[in-house]
Amino acid sequence: MAEMDTSSGGKHKKGPGVKKSKKLSTRVDLTPMVDLGFLLITFFVFTTTMSQATAMNMNEPKDDDVENQKKVKESGAMTILLGRSNQVYYYFGELHIEKISEEFKSTNFKDIRKLILDKKNATPIDDLMYIIKSDSASTFKNSIDILDEMTISKVPPGHYAEVDITETDKTLIRKTEEANGIK
Amino acid sequence: MPKVKIPRKSTNIDMTAMCDVAFLLLTFFILATKQKPPEVLAVTPPNSVSSKAAPDKSILVTMTAEGKVFLTLGDETKKDAILEDFNKIKGLQLSGSEMAKLKKSEFIGQPANQLKSSLASNREILPTQMPGIPIDSTNNELADWIRSVSNVYAAASVDVKDLQNMLLVKGDNAALYPIFKKVKQAFKKNELYKFRIVTNSEDIPAGSELSKQPPTN
Repeated sequence: MAEMDTSSGGKHKKGPGVKKSKKLSTRVDLTPMVDLGFLLITFFVFTTTMSQATAMNMNEPKDDDVENQKKVKESGAMTILLGRSNQVYYYFGELHIEKISEEFKSTNFKDIRKLILDKKNATPIDDLMYIIKSDSASTFKNSIDILDEMTISKVPPGHYAEVDITETDKTLIRKTEEANGIK
Repeated sequence: MPKVKIPRKSTNIDMTAMCDVAFLLLTFFILATKQKPPEVLAVTPPNSVSSKAAPDKSILVTMTAEGKVFLTLGDETKKDAILEDFNKIKGLQLSGSEMAKLKKSEFIGQPANQLKSSLASNREILPTQMPGIPIDSTNNELADWIRSVSNVYAAASVDVKDLQNMLLVKGDNAALYPIFKKVKQAFKKNELYKFRIVTNSEDIPAGSELSKQPPTN
């Protein structure tokens, strides 16, 4: 192995006065080096982020054919509104003016999953429709996150759609934001 | 009683072989790691549970946190033709050297009317200093760029489906929704209704519907 023969070959005796040369072993303890090697490996393995970017599919509707627009049953519709500061608002079916404060509810991204799932389980699949509206103060992350929630809750494609926000919705969001103190 | 002599064995193990293995692995990991090119535009994409890998060759639209929009033409074979087409349609009258310079830059992020003057100057303009492609509803230049892209791919008889697979939108988490909406409109104007969003992959949350029946692909 990593050893050299340092012994002066044979057993012949040296004469008196001839100093015996010290035999130095060239054998090095490699344990620290192994330690270092594995430490570096561990370091590299942990710091390397396996960040292979993924791609999410996005299908947009053609918006020119007004006649073909799908009518949604009120009982199966859930409108999800994305607002400022990652706030989520929602209501079921249509809003009734006299009961707006009860029907227009606010939530967040953590709780919306359960709400989506509850609605999905409570509604016949043919009637189910999630309407997603994004306020101009919501971010790109919000709109991707809510689409991701649809995938997570296995809402079949075609049962959720992005729709332009209406003025009524906007004012309702503003009012709720003011009431909840969200800037 | 006679003593039983137990032969003492040395506990020293030869570490050479282990050392070899360790460094071999180390070398392998260092060499096998593909270096990520430094990102000129700092964009943190959102997370999603999607597990499909993003294609390498792509038409990439980047949205920064400040709301600037950039275009990256990833397909080198078609880049010339796309730039030529845009030059012709917009009547920019770019010279050969200016075209070559435009081709060399990774990000396109200037309004068409500023393109020629900025290319003519010797000063290198960093993407961070560019104003971004205008995407207002009155002057959606991104739509013009996408039209040039789709023109060129149609001329090369590339199927629309294949082109749609190459369309990527990469946005910063903090980019506001209206920017994204205008980017979508730019695609829609060119009758491209499908595209992909670049995301960081994320684990499927435990207990969700998707985790009970993970997608097959």
